[in-house]
This record gives sequence, C-alpha cells and structure tokens, in this order.
Amino acid sequence: MNELSMEHKTCFHCGLDATEADITFDEKPFCCNGCKTVYEIFSENDLTSYYDLQQAPGATPKDVEGKYNFLDNAKIVENLLEFNDDNTQIVSLYIPHIHCSSCIWVLENLHKLNPAVSSSMVNFGKKTARITYNAHELSLKNLVQLLSRIGYEPFISLDDYSVGKKNVDRSLIYKLGVAGFAFGNIMFLSFPEYFQVEEFWLEQFKHLFRWLMFAFSLPVVFYSAQDYFISAYKGLKSRILNIDVPIALGAAVLFIRSTAEIILDIGTGFFDSLAGLIFFLLLGKFFQQKTYSFLSFERDYKSYFPIGITKISADGDESSIQVYDIEKGDRLLIRNEELIPVDSILIKGKARIDYSFVTGESEAVSKKSGDKLYAGGKQVEGSIEIEVLKSVEQSYLTQLWSNDVFNKNKEDAFTTLTNAISKRFTVAILSIAFLATSYWLFTDSSKALNVFTAVLIIACPCAIALAAPFTLGNMLRIFGRQKFYAKNASVIEQLANINTIIFDKTGTITANKETAISYEGSQLSNAEEDFLKSTLRNSNHPLSRSLYTLLKENNIVPIENYEEHIGKGIEAQYNESFMKIGSAPFVGLQSDVKNLNTEVHVSTNNTYKGKFTFYNRYRKGLSKLFNQLKATYDLVILSGDNAGEQENLTKLLPAKTKLLFNQKPEDKLEYIKHHQNSGAKVLMVGDGLNDAGALAQSDVGIAISENVNVFSPACDAILDASNFNSLYYFIKASKSAITIIKWSFLLSLVYNSIGLYFAVTGQLAPVIAAILMPLSSISIVVFTTISTNLVGKKIQQKVEKT
Amino acid sequence: MSVIYILLAISILVAISFFIAFVVAVKSGQYDDSYTPSVRMLFEDELVKEKPKKISTNQKTNS
Repeated sequence: MNELSMEHKTCFHCGLDATEADITFDEKPFCCNGCKTVYEIFSENDLTSYYDLQQAPGATPKDVEGKYNFLDNAKIVENLLEFNDDNTQIVSLYIPHIHCSSCIWVLENLHKLNPAVSSSMVNFGKKTARITYNAHELSLKNLVQLLSRIGYEPFISLDDYSVGKKNVDRSLIYKLGVAGFAFGNIMFLSFPEYFQVEEFWLEQFKHLFRWLMFAFSLPVVFYSAQDYFISAYKGLKSRILNIDVPIALGAAVLFIRSTAEIILDIGTGFFDSLAGLIFFLLLGKFFQQKTYSFLSFERDYKSYFPIGITKISADGDESSIQVYDIEKGDRLLIRNEELIPVDSILIKGKARIDYSFVTGESEAVSKKSGDKLYAGGKQVEGSIEIEVLKSVEQSYLTQLWSNDVFNKNKEDAFTTLTNAISKRFTVAILSIAFLATSYWLFTDSSKALNVFTAVLIIACPCAIALAAPFTLGNMLRIFGRQKFYAKNASVIEQLANINTIIFDKTGTITANKETAISYEGSQLSNAEEDFLKSTLRNSNHPLSRSLYTLLKENNIVPIENYEEHIGKGIEAQYNESFMKIGSAPFVGLQSDVKNLNTEVHVSTNNTYKGKFTFYNRYRKGLSKLFNQLKATYDLVILSGDNAGEQENLTKLLPAKTKLLFNQKPEDKLEYIKHHQNSGAKVLMVGDGLNDAGALAQSDVGIAISENVNVFSPACDAILDASNFNSLYYFIKASKSAITIIKWSFLLSLVYNSIGLYFAVTGQLAPVIAAILMPLSSISIVVFTTISTNLVGKKIQQKVEKT
Repeated sequence: MSVIYILLAISILVAISFFIAFVVAVKSGQYDDSYTPSVRMLFEDELVKEKPKKISTNQKTNS
C-alpha cells in the first residue's frame, strides 16, 4: 500500500484526487466511500460498462437523508408526475450531472437496478430523464433516493411544481416543412413551362399543372406565411412599418397576381417564387431560433425554492407540506443546507444563514432565537425551527418579482436594425411602384398593373429579412462555443448598442471559490502551524475549509478532544497545548472594533495569537478587462456588500470607475432605471438573485455563472465565469455582426435594383423572378455565414489568448 | 398521353405520404432531441465486452 500511495491516483468513479483517501476496492482507487459505494452498486448489477464509455464519469453521491421527505406527500407527487395511472407512472426529472454518454447509458439502464422502473429516456440537451415506473413497487421518493445514491441526484424545485405539463411548440418546424414540401413540388410543376414553350402536349396539360401549383401554394400562403401577415397587421395597427409589412405585401401581391394570371389564362404566375420566398424566410427564422435547451433564461425565485418543507404540528409531529400551503404562524423545521422559503422568526436552534442568493453578501450571518429571518436564506449549520411570519408570495424576496420589469418583454421594446431599415425601404418601394405605374398609365396603360405588381413582387425584401437572422443566428452559435450563451438574436444587437456597463461585485468580478488570506499577529511556530492545520482538517465549516486549503503543506498531527462550537469556533488539544480557532470573543479577544472583513482568530493555551483576514480574490485579468472597456464605456460597480473592499478596488480599477456599496436589490434596479432615463444603454453583469431586478431592468443583462448547468437568475445571456475576461471581445464581435448586417443590406439593395429594372420596364417574367429571388437569398446567406465565421475565428483566438 | 393523369396522381400521393411521415415524425418528438439518439445508437457496440456473461444466462432462459 505504501508504495502505491506515493504515486498520484485519481478516483475511478469521479476522477477526483484519491491519493490521500487511500480507499481501494476491486484494485481500483476511490476518493471516498460514497464513490466506492456507487461502484459497488454498479458492479453488482452488471453495469460496469459505465466506466468503459467514459473515464471517471461519476459524481460523489451526497447525503440526502430526510431531504426528500416531502415526496411522501401524495399531493406533491401528483403534481410532479407527467402521467399517473394505476401502476404506470411517468416522471421527468432534471438531473444536472448528466454530462457524457456514460450518464445516458446508466440512466437508461435504470431498470437493471430496480425492476419497478420499466423504462427511462434521457434527453441529453435538456439534461432530463423521463422515467416510467410502477408506484406500487417503488415510490417517487425511493426513486429519487436511488438516483441520488448512484450520484445522479435530480433537482426538484418549486418551478417544476407550478409549470405542470409543458407543451412543446413545434409550429415553426411544421410551417417550414409545409413550405419546403410545397416549394419542391411547385418547382417541378413549373419547370416544363420555363423550358418548353408552345409545345403541343404542354399546351394540353399546362392548365392542370397551373391549378396544381395553385393548390400547393394555398397551405403556404394561409398556413406557413400566416405569422408574417399577422405581424404586418399588428405593425400597421400600431403605426410601425416593420420588416413584415413589405414581406406580407409582396407575398399577398404574388399570390393574387399569380391566381389572377391562371384564372385569366395570361401566364403561369409566380407560385414557385412565392413558395421559395416563404421557405427561405422561415429557414432564416428557424436558424435564428438557436436555443440552449439546457439553460433557462427565465428563472425566478421558484427555481431556487424547495417544493416541500417540514412542518411541526402543535404536538410535535413532523409532516411534509408544500411550500404554497405554508400559513402565517406555522412552525417549520429547516434542516442543514435547506432554504428558508418564507419570512419568519427563529424559534429554536442556532441559525447561520447564507444570504448570498438574496444580497450577494458572501459571508453567512449568525442569528439567535427571536431574530427575524428572511426568505431566500440558506441554513448552513444544523437544523433550526422557525415560525412563519408571511406566506411565500408576500415575503421580502418574492415581492421583488412583483416589480413591473419582470413582465416587460425587452425584445418588443427594441427597434431592430432590420425594422429601422424596413421603414425607409417600404416607403421607397411604394414610391417607386406608384411612380412607375403612373408613368406606364400614360405610355401603355395595359402594362400599368403588371408593372405595379411586379415592383412589389421583386422588391419583397427577402434578402434583407434574411440578413439579420443568419448573421445573428450564426453569431449566437459562435458565442455559444465560447461559453457565452445569449437568449436570442436581439440580445446581440442590443449588446452592440450599449454605452454603460454595470458590474456586481461578489461572484461577478470576484471568483466565488477563491479567497486570499493574510495573517496578522504574533508569528506561529512550526509546531503551532501543524497543530492549526490538523485542527482545521476536522472541521466542515466553510471558513475552516478555505483556510485549510490556503495554508501551506504541513505535517498532520493526531489531535485530541476536538470540539466544534456551532456559530463560535473550534477547539482541540494536542499533547499539552490547547488551540481555539474562531470568532474574536470565542478565542478570548475583547474588542469593540467592528471590522468589515471576514476574520478567523487563533489562540493557543488561552493566549491570543493573531487573526487570518480573508480577502476577495478578483478574477484574473480584471484590470485588463476594465482598461479595455474604459475608453468606450462608463463603468460602475454596484455591490450589495459593505465597503470593506473599496480601497482594494480603487487600486485595481481605472480611476473613472464608479464604486457604490451597500446596494439593495431595489437600489440596483432604480439606479439602472435612473440612468436609462437619461439616455444610458446599460449592460448589467451580475450573478445572484439579488441582481435579478437589475438584470431585468437593464438593456442587456448578463449572468456570470461558475457552472452554467446550475443556477443563474433570469437574464438575457449567461457567460461562463472562465471566459469573463473576454467580455470585451464579445461586445466587439456584436458590433462586427451589426456591420456585417449593414453590408448585407447593401448587397441586397444591388439585387433589388437589378430586379427593379426588369419590373419597372415591364419585362418581369416569372422565370427571372424564379432565378433572382433564390439567388439573392442564397448569396446573402453565404455572405453572412462566411463573414460571421471570420469574426468568430478572430474572437476564438482572442478568447484563447486571455 | 392521358396516362399522365395517373402518373401525376401517383406522384402527388407519394409526395403527400412522405409529407405525412414528416408530420408524424415531428409530432412524435423526433426533432425535440437531436443529440441523445446519436449517442444511444452506439451503446450496443460498447456492451460487447461483457456480453458473454449475459448471453449465457439469456440463452438459457430463451431456449
């Protein structure tokens, strides 16, 4: 064993370092007993292929004892189930750990672990497993516990509860399918007349062919294209000439003129151009609709809140009730690591509440019985009992969501470049149409109507309408590859327009996991350092853990009489010396000075030694990013934290950066609103629920996330924390995207002018339209795709460098 | 040449049947998740390694 332990080993199950743990099973190293147990379960059930598909794919199972007791409540279970019949139950569970093919494999082989599961289907993109099981043999609680035991703990929140059964909107695919189907068939039917003019058999059958084309075009116009007509109508009603107005006009004119042509037996009509136009437009829409199914941009407090909570009745019985049923005056039991769902008063137990969700303040606060606790806090030490003051909807945190900003749709309020252009475009086209018509009325009145309709047909801004979807859609994908996930295409357009950038502090410009320490006081001897590190090793407190990892390597000594005083600190004995680590009063330091920083004090044998002060560690390259941004943008830092870091930040950031501390969630929102009213276009970069209001109010709200699969508040885009420093390049790329769109507009105007020449001179034959329209659309698609990819390559290089 | 009516009818019928197949495919959710099936289809190959053990038990029950 000794020789083995010298070399570096990684856990066979989860891939973490297993050198120290020294757990071996089946000749394989494991980092902890949890991982070993999962391996045992798998090997007993012939599921070891799990490890063949991917190396070390697993996650350490967490202790879930009591956590899912709320699944005993039949009403809650009923609401979570997708389908519930006598002995068939179907449930869709969101499992954040799904990340590789091994995960898919083992979850789809769940029936080998428990025969009550009849089938399970994984949706990798959405990270969900849809499990069919028999509730008589396996309750949902046991199913969830089974999943947790093998390291695939599902995440069940209040969100799952209220949403119910979701309906997937597939109408765009149908519309695209119909248009494509009709386009292909109409093309075949229109070909003969393009090539063989006045051939005997063709003359015989052309009427049939034309009517068939008419029949095929009906679903295109009345089904596939309906969105354009509706949107154009809405636009006109609110007196906006959006891009759909000329499109709808063109499509309507195409259809009416073509129908008139075949009824009056004048010509073949433009049915192929019509179907092609709609098909390409829908294709653009489809392309733009890049969705990241594993991300949610609409999260509110419901995604964080538990569904069920333990209620303690008057005679001391514990029962699970759902969160919405909590009433004023109820007694609730909050276990370790559970979220407090309502405003309440602490009755029993020592509370240590982590409010980082709500305030952004990274440090947990201690509360004693009788203190008020706010919803959204997370208990991090032991269990407590609380008495409810307000119901869920009326609590302090949840009321933030009653603010109007959460009901506004940013996309609607924003005038896109396409719509801005289309206004001038429509006016110009209509004037050309009327001018040309009046000219022909005087010269050759028989051609006037022909020219009028031809202008509207050929000017139909297919290429313009395609430029933005393809450019922005492709940009979305490029950004996605660099771990910057934008909600939709208009976010990129808005990003190009901003002039003010506001950052949150904790978790946004500081790295959550990383802190730096400094020591003040009398020098610790080597023996004392060993003792300190060994003592810390036993503690699970977050501060002890971070201090432990930050201290340099020391010998581990066997300590005795280790004791943890919750909310105060820890003490231990080694040989003849005692050590106390914790808060100032605990180690015996009397001081009235309220320090803003997080500190851990140390004393040995009742003599005060000194203190460790924790500092936020800022993300690498933060100054560089701010210096890149300062030339073009106003920079502000809005922090919910106290001003303890002000000095540090002033040194680190460019002088013009505004620093504001102690900002409540509403303050942030109001601050942004105020600046928007004076013309600022605000980009808000934040991370916690406390920024949710600000993210919603800003023009673009970007959430920084250490792990994109876990949580982020409602926002317009999610940026992976590892690429935070590249923010500048993303903004720059958005600007390039806008330039590309402008160039494509120019290009499509060239096509339009060529087409208009034919139209105005009255020579627009269906075959010219049939060539010109797809040609312009395709060349726009090619142009935008190539140029966005070039921009994409550039940012990829830049991002990799930073 | 009136055979062209039959040909047309057949061609349109074929086209429509493909179209119906498309609609059915969309409806059944085939386009909702385009990634997982591509992984799932590879599993059987990976399993071969430990199959001998299982096949022997399976064969006994089957025969």
